[in-house]
Amino acid sequence: MSRRQGVLDGTLILLAILAVWQGLYQYAGSAALTPPWATVRYAVDLLGTPNFWGHATQTLSAFAWSVAISAVLGIALGLWFGAFRFAGDVAEPMLASLYTIPKVTLYPVMLLLFGLGPSAKIAFGVIHGLIPVVLFTLGAVKNIRPVLLRTARSLRLSPIQTARFVLVPAVLPEIASGLRVGFSLCLLGVLIGEMFASQRGIGFLIINGINSHNVKLTTAVTLIVIVFAVGANSALLALDRRLHHRG
Amino acid sequence: MTETAAHAVLRGVTRVYPGASQVHALGPIDLDIAKGEFFSVVGPSGCGKSTLLDVLAGLNPPSAGTIVFEGKPVAGSVPDGVGVVFQEDASFPWLTVRDNVAFGLRRLGMDAAEIARRVDYAVGFMGLADFAGAYPAQLSGGMRQRVCIARTLVLQPRLILLDEPFGALDQQTRLLMGDELLRLWRETGATVLLITHALDEAAMLSDRVGVMSSRPGRFIDLVETGWPRDRDSRIVSDAAFGAVTARLWSSLRTESMKAIGRG
Repeated sequence: MSRRQGVLDGTLILLAILAVWQGLYQYAGSAALTPPWATVRYAVDLLGTPNFWGHATQTLSAFAWSVAISAVLGIALGLWFGAFRFAGDVAEPMLASLYTIPKVTLYPVMLLLFGLGPSAKIAFGVIHGLIPVVLFTLGAVKNIRPVLLRTARSLRLSPIQTARFVLVPAVLPEIASGLRVGFSLCLLGVLIGEMFASQRGIGFLIINGINSHNVKLTTAVTLIVIVFAVGANSALLALDRRLHHRG
Repeated sequence: MTETAAHAVLRGVTRVYPGASQVHALGPIDLDIAKGEFFSVVGPSGCGKSTLLDVLAGLNPPSAGTIVFEGKPVAGSVPDGVGVVFQEDASFPWLTVRDNVAFGLRRLGMDAAEIARRVDYAVGFMGLADFAGAYPAQLSGGMRQRVCIARTLVLQPRLILLDEPFGALDQQTRLLMGDELLRLWRETGATVLLITHALDEAAMLSDRVGVMSSRPGRFIDLVETGWPRDRDSRIVSDAAFGAVTARLWSSLRTESMKAIGRG
Protein backbone atom coordinates (compact mmCIF):
# COMPACT_ATOMS: atom_id res chain seq x y z
CA MET A 1 0.00 0.00 0.00
CA SER A 2 1.42 3.37 -0.99
CA ARG A 3 1.82 6.16 1.49
CA ARG A 4 -0.70 8.32 -0.36
CA GLN A 5 -3.26 5.54 -0.32
CA GLY A 6 -2.66 5.17 3.42
CA VAL A 7 -3.29 8.86 4.08
CA LEU A 8 -6.44 8.75 1.94
CA ASP A 9 -7.77 5.66 3.78
CA GLY A 10 -7.01 7.25 7.13
CA THR A 11 -8.86 10.44 6.17
CA LEU A 12 -11.87 8.45 4.97
CA ILE A 13 -12.04 6.47 8.21
CA LEU A 14 -11.76 9.67 10.24
CA LEU A 15 -14.56 11.30 8.23
CA ALA A 16 -16.73 8.19 8.70
CA ILE A 17 -16.17 8.27 12.46
CA LEU A 18 -17.05 11.99 12.59
CA ALA A 19 -20.20 11.34 10.55
CA VAL A 20 -21.31 8.52 12.85
CA TRP A 21 -20.51 10.64 15.88
CA GLN A 22 -22.54 13.56 14.52
CA GLY A 23 -25.35 11.16 13.61
CA LEU A 24 -25.41 9.68 17.14
CA TYR A 25 -25.57 13.17 18.54
CA GLN A 26 -28.54 14.02 16.30
CA TYR A 27 -30.25 10.81 17.43
CA ALA A 28 -29.51 10.81 21.17
CA GLY A 29 -29.13 14.51 21.81
CA SER A 30 -26.97 16.43 24.25
CA ALA A 31 -28.07 14.28 27.18
CA ALA A 32 -25.80 11.46 25.90
CA LEU A 33 -22.84 13.13 24.16
CA THR A 34 -21.59 16.39 22.73
CA PRO A 35 -21.04 16.93 18.99
CA PRO A 36 -17.51 16.56 17.50
CA TRP A 37 -16.41 20.14 17.11
CA ALA A 38 -17.66 21.31 20.53
CA THR A 39 -15.97 18.29 22.12
CA VAL A 40 -12.63 19.02 20.48
CA ARG A 41 -12.79 22.62 21.69
CA TYR A 42 -13.67 21.56 25.22
CA ALA A 43 -10.95 18.88 25.19
CA VAL A 44 -8.35 21.49 24.19
CA ASP A 45 -9.50 23.75 27.05
CA LEU A 46 -9.40 20.78 29.40
CA LEU A 47 -5.81 20.00 28.41
CA GLY A 48 -4.91 23.51 29.65
CA THR A 49 -6.19 22.93 33.21
CA PRO A 50 -3.93 21.72 36.05
CA ASN A 51 -6.85 19.70 37.45
CA PHE A 52 -6.93 17.49 34.36
CA TRP A 53 -3.17 16.95 34.46
CA GLY A 54 -3.40 15.97 38.12
CA HIS A 55 -5.68 13.11 37.13
CA ALA A 56 -3.74 12.32 33.95
CA THR A 57 -0.44 12.03 35.84
CA GLN A 58 -2.03 9.52 38.21
CA THR A 59 -3.26 7.41 35.31
CA LEU A 60 -0.07 7.67 33.29
CA SER A 61 2.04 6.68 36.27
CA ALA A 62 -0.16 3.65 37.08
CA PHE A 63 -0.21 2.77 33.39
CA ALA A 64 3.58 3.05 33.05
CA TRP A 65 4.07 0.80 36.07
CA SER A 66 1.65 -1.81 34.82
CA VAL A 67 3.24 -1.82 31.34
CA ALA A 68 6.73 -2.11 32.84
CA ILE A 69 5.71 -4.96 35.17
CA SER A 70 3.78 -6.79 32.42
CA ALA A 71 6.71 -6.44 30.01
CA VAL A 72 9.50 -7.54 32.34
CA LEU A 73 7.55 -10.30 34.08
CA GLY A 74 5.84 -11.38 30.87
CA ILE A 75 9.04 -11.68 28.84
CA ALA A 76 10.83 -13.47 31.69
CA LEU A 77 7.99 -15.96 32.20
CA GLY A 78 7.58 -16.42 28.44
CA LEU A 79 11.28 -17.15 27.93
CA TRP A 80 11.24 -19.56 30.86
CA PHE A 81 8.09 -21.42 29.77
CA GLY A 82 9.38 -21.47 26.21
CA ALA A 83 12.81 -22.80 27.08
CA PHE A 84 11.51 -25.61 29.28
CA ARG A 85 9.16 -27.62 27.21
CA PHE A 86 7.32 -29.27 30.10
CA ALA A 87 6.68 -26.00 31.94
CA GLY A 88 5.46 -24.49 28.67
CA ASP A 89 3.15 -27.40 27.88
CA VAL A 90 1.59 -27.13 31.33
CA ALA A 91 1.42 -23.34 31.41
CA GLU A 92 0.17 -22.55 27.92
CA PRO A 93 -3.38 -23.98 28.14
CA MET A 94 -3.76 -22.61 31.67
CA LEU A 95 -2.74 -19.13 30.57
CA ALA A 96 -4.97 -19.32 27.52
CA SER A 97 -8.00 -20.15 29.68
CA LEU A 98 -7.09 -17.54 32.29
CA TYR A 99 -6.96 -15.04 29.45
CA THR A 100 -10.64 -15.65 28.60
CA ILE A 101 -11.88 -14.98 32.17
CA PRO A 102 -13.76 -11.66 32.34
CA LYS A 103 -11.20 -10.00 34.57
CA VAL A 104 -13.65 -7.40 35.91
CA THR A 105 -15.08 -10.16 38.10
CA LEU A 106 -11.73 -10.35 39.86
CA TYR A 107 -11.72 -6.67 40.74
CA PRO A 108 -13.27 -7.00 44.23
CA VAL A 109 -10.57 -9.53 45.09
CA MET A 110 -7.87 -7.18 43.79
CA LEU A 111 -9.26 -4.37 45.93
CA LEU A 112 -9.20 -6.54 49.03
CA LEU A 113 -5.65 -7.59 48.24
CA PHE A 114 -4.21 -4.21 47.28
CA GLY A 115 -6.48 -1.62 48.89
CA LEU A 116 -7.87 1.50 47.27
CA GLY A 117 -4.55 3.12 46.30
CA PRO A 118 -2.65 3.10 43.02
CA SER A 119 -1.37 -0.46 43.57
CA ALA A 120 -4.82 -1.93 42.90
CA LYS A 121 -4.97 -0.05 39.57
CA ILE A 122 -1.49 -1.20 38.64
CA ALA A 123 -2.31 -4.79 39.58
CA PHE A 124 -5.49 -4.62 37.56
CA GLY A 125 -3.55 -3.30 34.57
CA VAL A 126 -1.02 -6.11 34.97
CA ILE A 127 -3.61 -8.91 35.05
CA HIS A 128 -4.91 -7.59 31.75
CA GLY A 129 -1.56 -7.01 30.06
CA LEU A 130 0.66 -9.77 31.42
CA ILE A 131 -0.86 -12.86 29.82
CA PRO A 132 -0.61 -11.77 26.17
CA VAL A 133 3.05 -10.84 26.67
CA VAL A 134 3.74 -14.28 28.20
CA LEU A 135 1.83 -16.11 25.46
CA PHE A 136 3.49 -14.24 22.58
CA THR A 137 6.97 -14.68 24.06
CA LEU A 138 6.37 -18.36 24.85
CA GLY A 139 5.10 -18.98 21.32
CA ALA A 140 8.08 -17.22 19.78
CA VAL A 141 10.60 -19.27 21.77
CA LYS A 142 8.77 -22.52 21.12
CA ASN A 143 8.52 -21.84 17.39
CA ILE A 144 12.06 -20.62 16.81
CA ARG A 145 13.43 -22.44 13.77
CA PRO A 146 15.67 -25.26 15.04
CA VAL A 147 18.20 -24.62 12.27
CA LEU A 148 19.06 -21.27 13.86
CA LEU A 149 20.01 -22.99 17.11
CA ARG A 150 21.93 -25.67 15.19
CA THR A 151 23.78 -22.88 13.41
CA ALA A 152 24.67 -21.36 16.78
CA ARG A 153 26.11 -24.72 17.86
CA SER A 154 28.00 -25.17 14.60
CA LEU A 155 29.52 -21.71 15.11
CA ARG A 156 30.65 -22.89 18.54
CA LEU A 157 28.65 -20.31 20.49
CA SER A 158 28.37 -20.64 24.27
CA PRO A 159 24.83 -20.93 25.74
CA ILE A 160 24.98 -17.28 26.82
CA GLN A 161 26.14 -16.13 23.37
CA THR A 162 23.36 -18.22 21.83
CA ALA A 163 20.75 -16.54 24.03
CA ARG A 164 22.14 -13.04 23.48
CA PHE A 165 22.95 -13.18 19.75
CA VAL A 166 20.50 -15.75 18.34
CA LEU A 167 17.55 -16.47 20.62
CA VAL A 168 16.69 -12.90 21.66
CA PRO A 169 16.95 -11.30 18.21
CA ALA A 170 15.03 -14.20 16.68
CA VAL A 171 12.07 -13.78 19.05
CA LEU A 172 12.15 -9.97 19.23
CA PRO A 173 9.50 -9.29 16.55
CA GLU A 174 7.02 -11.61 18.28
CA ILE A 175 7.77 -10.05 21.65
CA ALA A 176 7.10 -6.61 20.14
CA SER A 177 3.69 -7.86 18.97
CA GLY A 178 2.99 -9.19 22.46
CA LEU A 179 3.99 -5.89 24.02
CA ARG A 180 1.70 -3.99 21.68
CA VAL A 181 -1.29 -6.10 22.69
CA GLY A 182 -0.22 -5.97 26.35
CA PHE A 183 0.12 -2.18 26.15
CA SER A 184 -3.51 -1.69 25.01
CA LEU A 185 -4.83 -4.11 27.61
CA CYS A 186 -2.87 -2.49 30.44
CA LEU A 187 -4.47 0.83 29.56
CA LEU A 188 -7.88 -0.82 29.59
CA GLY A 189 -7.17 -2.45 32.96
CA VAL A 190 -5.96 0.74 34.61
CA LEU A 191 -8.92 2.78 33.33
CA ILE A 192 -11.45 0.17 34.46
CA GLY A 193 -9.71 0.05 37.83
CA GLU A 194 -10.03 3.80 38.18
CA MET A 195 -13.68 3.73 37.21
CA PHE A 196 -14.71 1.34 39.96
CA ALA A 197 -12.77 2.34 43.01
CA SER A 198 -10.63 5.43 42.84
CA GLN A 199 -10.77 9.13 43.62
CA ARG A 200 -8.09 10.07 41.10
CA GLY A 201 -7.25 9.41 37.49
CA ILE A 202 -8.79 9.58 34.03
CA GLY A 203 -11.14 6.65 34.66
CA PHE A 204 -12.43 8.43 37.74
CA LEU A 205 -12.96 11.64 35.69
CA ILE A 206 -15.11 9.72 33.24
CA ILE A 207 -17.23 7.94 35.85
CA ASN A 208 -17.51 11.16 37.86
CA GLY A 209 -18.67 12.99 34.74
CA ILE A 210 -21.32 10.31 34.20
CA ASN A 211 -22.50 10.47 37.82
CA SER A 212 -22.74 14.26 37.84
CA HIS A 213 -24.24 14.23 34.36
CA ASN A 214 -21.39 16.31 32.96
CA VAL A 215 -21.73 15.12 29.36
CA LYS A 216 -19.24 17.68 28.06
CA LEU A 217 -16.56 16.34 30.40
CA THR A 218 -17.16 12.61 29.74
CA THR A 219 -17.17 13.02 25.98
CA ALA A 220 -14.04 15.21 25.96
CA VAL A 221 -12.07 12.86 28.27
CA THR A 222 -13.14 9.86 26.22
CA LEU A 223 -11.88 11.62 23.10
CA ILE A 224 -8.51 12.36 24.73
CA VAL A 225 -8.14 8.71 25.82
CA ILE A 226 -9.00 7.49 22.33
CA VAL A 227 -6.52 9.85 20.65
CA PHE A 228 -3.80 8.77 23.09
CA ALA A 229 -4.51 5.06 22.64
CA VAL A 230 -4.71 5.22 18.85
CA GLY A 231 -1.56 7.37 18.64
CA ALA A 232 0.48 5.08 20.91
CA ASN A 233 -0.82 1.97 19.19
CA SER A 234 0.07 3.32 15.74
CA ALA A 235 3.60 4.09 16.90
CA LEU A 236 3.97 0.57 18.32
CA LEU A 237 2.44 -0.94 15.21
CA ALA A 238 4.97 0.89 13.04
CA LEU A 239 7.80 -0.46 15.22
CA ASP A 240 6.25 -3.93 15.11
CA ARG A 241 6.06 -3.86 11.30
CA ARG A 242 9.63 -2.69 11.01
CA LEU A 243 10.85 -5.58 13.13
CA HIS A 244 8.71 -8.10 11.23
CA HIS A 245 9.76 -6.71 7.88
CA ARG A 246 13.26 -7.98 8.50
CA GLY A 247 12.02 -11.46 9.34
CA MET B 1 42.37 -36.64 -5.63
CA THR B 2 45.27 -35.56 -3.47
CA GLU B 3 46.44 -38.53 -1.43
CA THR B 4 47.64 -37.30 1.93
CA ALA B 5 46.88 -38.27 5.51
CA ALA B 6 43.28 -38.98 6.48
CA HIS B 7 41.64 -35.79 7.69
CA ALA B 8 38.61 -37.38 9.30
CA VAL B 9 38.35 -41.01 10.35
CA LEU B 10 35.13 -42.83 11.28
CA ARG B 11 35.29 -46.28 12.87
CA GLY B 12 32.19 -48.33 13.63
CA VAL B 13 30.09 -45.17 13.86
CA THR B 14 26.48 -46.04 14.71
CA ARG B 15 23.55 -43.91 15.68
CA VAL B 16 20.42 -45.30 17.31
CA TYR B 17 17.86 -42.65 18.19
CA PRO B 18 17.14 -43.01 21.89
CA GLY B 19 13.58 -43.37 23.13
CA ALA B 20 10.89 -46.03 23.09
CA SER B 21 11.16 -46.86 19.38
CA GLN B 22 15.01 -47.14 19.30
CA VAL B 23 15.30 -46.31 15.60
CA HIS B 24 18.61 -47.58 14.25
CA ALA B 25 19.39 -44.76 11.82
CA LEU B 26 23.00 -45.24 10.88
CA GLY B 27 25.92 -47.58 10.66
CA PRO B 28 28.16 -49.10 11.56
CA ILE B 29 30.21 -46.85 9.27
CA ASP B 30 33.93 -47.02 8.58
CA LEU B 31 35.28 -44.19 6.47
CA ASP B 32 38.52 -42.30 5.91
CA ILE B 33 38.22 -38.89 4.28
CA ALA B 34 41.54 -37.65 2.90
CA LYS B 35 42.77 -34.13 3.49
CA GLY B 36 41.63 -31.89 0.64
CA GLU B 37 39.24 -34.50 -0.73
CA PHE B 38 35.80 -33.67 -2.12
CA PHE B 39 33.63 -36.50 -0.83
CA SER B 40 29.92 -36.81 -1.50
CA VAL B 41 27.32 -39.04 0.11
CA VAL B 42 24.25 -40.17 -1.83
CA GLY B 43 21.53 -42.48 -0.61
CA PRO B 44 17.79 -43.10 -0.59
CA SER B 45 15.61 -40.72 1.43
CA GLY B 46 15.65 -41.40 5.15
CA CYS B 47 18.84 -43.48 4.96
CA GLY B 48 20.65 -41.47 7.62
CA LYS B 49 22.74 -39.16 5.42
CA SER B 50 21.96 -36.14 7.57
CA THR B 51 22.50 -38.21 10.71
CA LEU B 52 25.99 -39.03 9.41
CA LEU B 53 26.70 -35.32 8.95
CA ASP B 54 25.37 -34.44 12.41
CA VAL B 55 27.52 -37.08 14.06
CA LEU B 56 30.63 -36.14 12.09
CA ALA B 57 30.07 -32.45 12.89
CA GLY B 58 29.76 -33.20 16.59
CA LEU B 59 26.17 -31.90 16.68
CA ASN B 60 24.98 -35.33 17.87
CA PRO B 61 27.00 -38.00 19.63
CA PRO B 62 27.30 -41.44 18.01
CA SER B 63 25.67 -44.32 19.89
CA ALA B 64 28.78 -46.39 19.24
CA GLY B 65 32.07 -45.98 17.41
CA THR B 66 34.61 -43.18 17.20
CA ILE B 67 35.16 -40.12 15.03
CA VAL B 68 38.58 -38.54 14.81
CA PHE B 69 39.16 -35.15 13.17
CA GLU B 70 42.78 -33.98 12.73
CA GLY B 71 43.92 -36.57 15.21
CA LYS B 72 41.49 -35.53 17.96
CA PRO B 73 38.29 -37.38 18.89
CA VAL B 74 35.04 -35.55 18.14
CA ALA B 75 32.76 -35.71 21.15
CA GLY B 76 29.58 -33.76 21.74
CA SER B 77 30.59 -30.40 20.27
CA VAL B 78 31.64 -29.00 16.91
CA PRO B 79 35.45 -29.04 16.68
CA ASP B 80 37.46 -25.97 15.74
CA GLY B 81 38.10 -26.01 11.99
CA VAL B 82 34.77 -27.58 11.03
CA GLY B 83 32.14 -25.52 9.20
CA VAL B 84 28.57 -26.66 8.58
CA VAL B 85 26.07 -25.51 5.95
CA PHE B 86 22.54 -26.78 6.50
CA GLN B 87 19.82 -27.77 4.08
CA GLU B 88 17.32 -25.20 5.34
CA ASP B 89 17.85 -21.47 5.11
CA ALA B 90 19.88 -20.67 8.23
CA SER B 91 20.61 -17.01 7.52
CA PHE B 92 19.75 -14.73 10.42
CA PRO B 93 16.77 -12.64 9.26
CA TRP B 94 17.53 -9.75 11.64
CA LEU B 95 21.01 -9.15 10.19
CA THR B 96 22.10 -7.75 6.84
CA VAL B 97 24.12 -9.95 4.48
CA ARG B 98 27.31 -8.31 5.72
CA ASP B 99 26.46 -8.78 9.38
CA ASN B 100 25.40 -12.37 8.74
CA VAL B 101 28.75 -13.12 7.17
CA ALA B 102 30.64 -11.30 9.94
CA PHE B 103 28.64 -13.05 12.67
CA GLY B 104 31.04 -15.87 13.54
CA LEU B 105 34.14 -13.64 13.38
CA ARG B 106 32.60 -11.09 15.75
CA ARG B 107 31.87 -13.78 18.31
CA LEU B 108 35.56 -14.69 18.19
CA GLY B 109 36.43 -11.12 19.12
CA MET B 110 38.62 -10.60 16.08
CA ASP B 111 39.66 -7.01 15.34
CA ALA B 112 37.37 -4.96 13.12
CA ALA B 113 39.82 -4.37 10.27
CA GLU B 114 40.54 -8.09 9.87
CA ILE B 115 36.80 -8.88 10.03
CA ALA B 116 36.11 -6.28 7.34
CA ARG B 117 38.85 -7.68 5.12
CA ARG B 118 37.65 -11.28 5.41
CA VAL B 119 33.98 -10.37 5.05
CA ASP B 120 34.65 -8.28 1.94
CA TYR B 121 36.50 -11.20 0.42
CA ALA B 122 33.81 -13.78 1.24
CA VAL B 123 30.95 -11.51 0.16
CA GLY B 124 32.72 -10.82 -3.13
CA PHE B 125 33.64 -14.48 -3.63
CA MET B 126 30.02 -15.56 -3.25
CA GLY B 127 28.80 -12.81 -5.61
CA LEU B 128 26.94 -10.94 -2.90
CA ALA B 129 28.79 -7.61 -3.11
CA ASP B 130 25.76 -5.74 -4.48
CA PHE B 131 23.56 -7.08 -1.70
CA ALA B 132 25.84 -6.57 1.28
CA GLY B 133 23.38 -4.18 2.92
CA ALA B 134 20.25 -6.21 2.15
CA TYR B 135 18.33 -8.36 4.62
CA PRO B 136 17.80 -12.07 3.81
CA ALA B 137 14.06 -11.49 3.29
CA GLN B 138 14.98 -9.37 0.26
CA LEU B 139 17.05 -12.17 -1.31
CA SER B 140 16.20 -15.31 -3.28
CA GLY B 141 16.63 -18.77 -1.75
CA GLY B 142 19.85 -19.36 -3.67
CA MET B 143 21.35 -16.11 -2.47
CA ARG B 144 20.41 -16.82 1.14
CA GLN B 145 22.17 -20.16 0.87
CA ARG B 146 25.22 -18.30 -0.48
CA VAL B 147 25.06 -16.05 2.58
CA CYS B 148 25.23 -19.16 4.76
CA ILE B 149 28.15 -20.54 2.77
CA ALA B 150 29.96 -17.19 3.05
CA ARG B 151 29.29 -17.13 6.81
CA THR B 152 31.00 -20.51 7.08
CA LEU B 153 33.74 -19.64 4.60
CA VAL B 154 35.02 -16.56 6.51
CA LEU B 155 35.88 -18.77 9.45
CA GLN B 156 38.34 -20.59 7.15
CA PRO B 157 37.20 -24.10 8.06
CA ARG B 158 39.49 -26.97 7.12
CA LEU B 159 36.56 -29.38 6.85
CA ILE B 160 33.32 -28.10 5.32
CA LEU B 161 30.19 -30.21 5.81
CA LEU B 162 27.24 -29.42 3.55
CA ASP B 163 23.84 -31.01 4.14
CA GLU B 164 21.95 -30.86 0.82
CA PRO B 165 22.68 -27.14 0.58
CA PHE B 166 21.15 -26.81 -2.88
CA GLY B 167 18.19 -29.12 -2.28
CA ALA B 168 15.64 -26.33 -2.44
CA LEU B 169 17.05 -24.66 -5.56
CA ASP B 170 16.16 -25.10 -9.22
CA GLN B 171 18.39 -27.18 -11.49
CA GLN B 172 20.21 -24.32 -13.28
CA THR B 173 20.99 -22.53 -10.02
CA ARG B 174 22.21 -25.82 -8.56
CA LEU B 175 24.67 -26.37 -11.40
CA LEU B 176 26.06 -22.85 -10.99
CA MET B 177 26.23 -23.17 -7.21
CA GLY B 178 28.11 -26.43 -7.79
CA ASP B 179 30.68 -24.52 -9.84
CA GLU B 180 31.08 -21.98 -7.05
CA LEU B 181 31.49 -24.76 -4.55
CA LEU B 182 34.24 -26.31 -6.68
CA ARG B 183 35.98 -22.94 -6.95
CA LEU B 184 35.74 -22.49 -3.18
CA TRP B 185 37.11 -25.98 -2.62
CA ARG B 186 40.07 -25.37 -4.97
CA GLU B 187 40.93 -21.96 -3.53
CA THR B 188 40.66 -22.84 0.14
CA GLY B 189 42.14 -26.32 -0.06
CA ALA B 190 39.55 -27.43 2.46
CA THR B 191 38.19 -30.95 2.74
CA VAL B 192 34.54 -31.08 1.67
CA LEU B 193 31.83 -33.55 2.61
CA LEU B 194 28.64 -32.99 0.65
CA ILE B 195 25.36 -34.75 1.40
CA THR B 196 23.08 -34.74 -1.61
CA HIS B 197 20.18 -36.64 -3.11
CA ALA B 198 21.14 -35.63 -6.65
CA LEU B 199 23.30 -38.28 -8.36
CA ASP B 200 24.45 -35.91 -11.10
CA GLU B 201 25.52 -33.35 -8.53
CA ALA B 202 27.56 -35.96 -6.64
CA ALA B 203 29.07 -37.31 -9.88
CA MET B 204 29.99 -33.86 -11.15
CA LEU B 205 31.52 -32.39 -7.98
CA SER B 206 33.26 -35.20 -6.16
CA ASP B 207 36.57 -37.01 -6.09
CA ARG B 208 34.78 -39.88 -4.43
CA VAL B 209 31.13 -40.71 -3.86
CA GLY B 210 29.84 -42.93 -1.06
CA VAL B 211 26.57 -44.70 -1.80
CA MET B 212 24.49 -45.46 1.28
CA SER B 213 21.98 -48.26 1.83
CA SER B 214 18.47 -47.66 3.10
CA ARG B 215 18.10 -47.42 6.87
CA PRO B 216 20.21 -48.18 8.83
CA GLY B 217 22.57 -46.38 6.44
CA ARG B 218 25.84 -48.12 5.57
CA PHE B 219 28.17 -47.58 2.64
CA ILE B 220 27.41 -50.15 -0.06
CA ASP B 221 29.69 -48.66 -2.73
CA LEU B 222 32.52 -46.14 -2.95
CA VAL B 223 32.97 -44.69 -6.44
CA GLU B 224 36.15 -42.85 -7.49
CA THR B 225 35.38 -40.37 -10.25
CA GLY B 226 38.97 -39.64 -11.30
CA TRP B 227 38.18 -36.05 -12.31
CA PRO B 228 41.01 -33.50 -12.49
CA ARG B 229 41.10 -30.98 -9.63
CA ASP B 230 40.46 -28.19 -12.11
CA ARG B 231 36.91 -29.05 -13.21
CA ASP B 232 33.50 -27.45 -13.51
CA SER B 233 29.92 -28.24 -14.48
CA ARG B 234 30.89 -28.69 -18.15
CA ILE B 235 32.11 -32.11 -17.08
CA VAL B 236 28.52 -33.32 -17.46
CA SER B 237 29.14 -33.59 -21.21
CA ASP B 238 32.17 -35.87 -20.64
CA ALA B 239 31.57 -39.50 -21.64
CA ALA B 240 32.94 -40.70 -18.30
CA PHE B 241 30.31 -38.62 -16.47
CA GLY B 242 27.56 -40.86 -17.82
CA ALA B 243 29.47 -43.95 -16.68
CA VAL B 244 29.92 -42.58 -13.14
CA THR B 245 26.26 -41.59 -12.85
CA ALA B 246 25.19 -44.99 -14.21
CA ARG B 247 27.32 -46.81 -11.64
CA LEU B 248 25.90 -44.68 -8.81
CA TRP B 249 22.38 -45.41 -9.97
CA SER B 250 22.92 -49.15 -10.33
CA SER B 251 24.23 -49.25 -6.74
CA LEU B 252 21.38 -47.14 -5.49
CA ARG B 253 18.41 -48.48 -7.42
CA THR B 254 17.59 -51.47 -5.22
CA GLU B 255 18.05 -49.43 -2.06
CA SER B 256 15.82 -46.65 -3.33
CA MET B 257 13.10 -49.18 -4.11
CA LYS B 258 13.35 -50.49 -0.55
CA ALA B 259 12.99 -46.92 0.70
CA ILE B 260 9.70 -46.47 -1.14
CA GLY B 261 8.46 -49.87 -0.01
CA ARG B 262 8.97 -51.89 -3.21
CA GLY B 263 12.05 -53.80 -2.07
